[in-house]
Amino acid sequence: MNLWAPGMFVLVLMMIFTGYPVAFALGGTALIVAGVASLFGAFDLILLFALPERTFGTMSNQVLLAVPFFIFMGTVLEKSKLAEQLLETIAILFGRFRGGLAIGVVFVGALMAAATGVVGASVTAMGLISLPVMLRNGYDEKLSLGVISASGTLGQIIPPSIVLIVLGDQMGVSVGDLFRAALIPGLLLTGAYATYIAILATVNKEVAPALPEEKRMRGGELAKRVLLSLLPPLSLIIVVLGSIFAGIATPTEAGALGAVGAMVLAALHGQLGYDALKAAMEETSRLTIMVVFLLIGSTVFALVFRGLDGDLWIEGTLTSIPGGALGFLIVVNIVVFLLGFFIDFFEIAFIIVPLIVPPAIILGVDLTWLGIVLAVNLQTSFLTPPFGFSLFYLRGVTPEGIPTTSIYRGVVPFIAIQVVVLVGLIWVAVPK
Amino acid sequence: MRFLKQLMPHIQRVNDRVGKPMAALIDGLNDRIGAAIRWLALLMVLVGAGTALLRYSARGLELSLNLTPPTEIQWYLFSVIFLLGAAYGLNHNAHVRVDVLYERLSKKKRAIIDLVGTIIFLVPFSLVMLYVSWPAVANSFSIREVSPDPGGLARWPIKMLILVSFVLLTLQALSHIVKQIDILGGEDDVSARPEGAAEPAPAPETSA
Repeated sequence: MNLWAPGMFVLVLMMIFTGYPVAFALGGTALIVAGVASLFGAFDLILLFALPERTFGTMSNQVLLAVPFFIFMGTVLEKSKLAEQLLETIAILFGRFRGGLAIGVVFVGALMAAATGVVGASVTAMGLISLPVMLRNGYDEKLSLGVISASGTLGQIIPPSIVLIVLGDQMGVSVGDLFRAALIPGLLLTGAYATYIAILATVNKEVAPALPEEKRMRGGELAKRVLLSLLPPLSLIIVVLGSIFAGIATPTEAGALGAVGAMVLAALHGQLGYDALKAAMEETSRLTIMVVFLLIGSTVFALVFRGLDGDLWIEGTLTSIPGGALGFLIVVNIVVFLLGFFIDFFEIAFIIVPLIVPPAIILGVDLTWLGIVLAVNLQTSFLTPPFGFSLFYLRGVTPEGIPTTSIYRGVVPFIAIQVVVLVGLIWVAVPK
Repeated sequence: MRFLKQLMPHIQRVNDRVGKPMAALIDGLNDRIGAAIRWLALLMVLVGAGTALLRYSARGLELSLNLTPPTEIQWYLFSVIFLLGAAYGLNHNAHVRVDVLYERLSKKKRAIIDLVGTIIFLVPFSLVMLYVSWPAVANSFSIREVSPDPGGLARWPIKMLILVSFVLLTLQALSHIVKQIDILGGEDDVSARPEGAAEPAPAPETSA
């Protein structure tokens, strides 16, 4: 039995956990393993000369180009305070109903998700803006914290999620198809969150009271606010998604137009100052550098791993799980869920996903649905204590007096909702 | 270990005299590049949107436009951003880390990880990438490679940037090594962030 590939896999995971930048830990470890293996005749170093062609493939990749475009669009909406105004308007609009503030957060989470697709940004913004509003109005602490952490992760699944773009690229699935397929579970989750809050607020009148009369806004003033701060970003998102779904624009084109649209909206609001623009440019280049170099590091890993027959090892292992496609999906989901605690989505997409695609094809699993399952799974993982990313981001912006355990308890009902939807999706993904 | 301890003051002295000025030069170079590529992000967005609009209007007006040049300019800009920005990103901690353990370590322990990682991972990685890319890039240059599509751009300059990228990254790695040695020679700080204390909002690069 060839132990090079399993050994390399374990070694790479260990090296990633040292905390050294993943791109270089991956690439560096892979090269060390390649060097040692070549001494034993287990690896042919000539394979490494395929790397420039791979790098060039990444450079000219039209799908990945959509990632910086959507990041730019999201950061412009965020830094120009349009997202913030959206949040405040929805709070005023929904606040008059019991549970309304929390339901508003869910909707804004879904909307901002569509705009930013970055967990950190949505959770941080909502934690800073909505949490004080909800607490001041007598909302239950645990409910408020749970709603914010959960809604912040909706961006993983609701299009135009960056997660789905990268998954589409790595799985060889059309991003448009993934976006379309993700719409149903995305809306389902949003609806389930809102329904849960509505029921809770009706059953237990203490946890989510309606705003008192004097804090509500009168009709005319309210209509003006909605018109000014809710409609523009909403229509931008609808136009961007609509043009992709209608097949008029590729996700990349829609992203570029969306980014320009966001700048126009910000400018119309008088919020497109040099600082906001600079922040958006800086964030876009930072994330582009990070994502692409991670991909280059992962390419080196994949090349060496394949050279050591690692792909055959994974394929053999995953296709021989009892239960066929169902067994495969269960194992893959457990592994991805656990990995999601520690490693970020991009690492999973670049390292793990390419390895599970061939066995999925052999087992007849539909790749589009597999992508959706993985996205919802990661979203759940980011929400699960004690390691979920979303919880860390929220902890970072909650007042000292609020115990971390409140956040943990608060997310439990939302995790339950996630798990139900995830199980349903796995059931859909199993070939009949 | 004891041997290393005795050697440390000497390493520090060399590091202070030669290393630090060199690191300052490298940081200055890469920071200037970093400040410039930001604008390319904006340019890329504008070119992308412009190309999309041109394509629709050409279709609507039944004109035949060759959109190969602006389409290629988009991904050229994309490539320039990450190829030239990688070193800048290293200097500004833009490359994502798995920090479950790392963030609990003291400043000096982190410096050890960064020092060792740079020496055994980053430097060999960059040098190997340079070595294996050289023949392909040299070949592209010698035939003055051009895009296979009609009206496409010259390919060899963008391929050459692969080499520039890893040269800059190797230089920044050297500067990184100097900084870690400097941290190791500095004051001990026993108090890393106390367990369970509220941490500042994490940097966006660990976001998903």
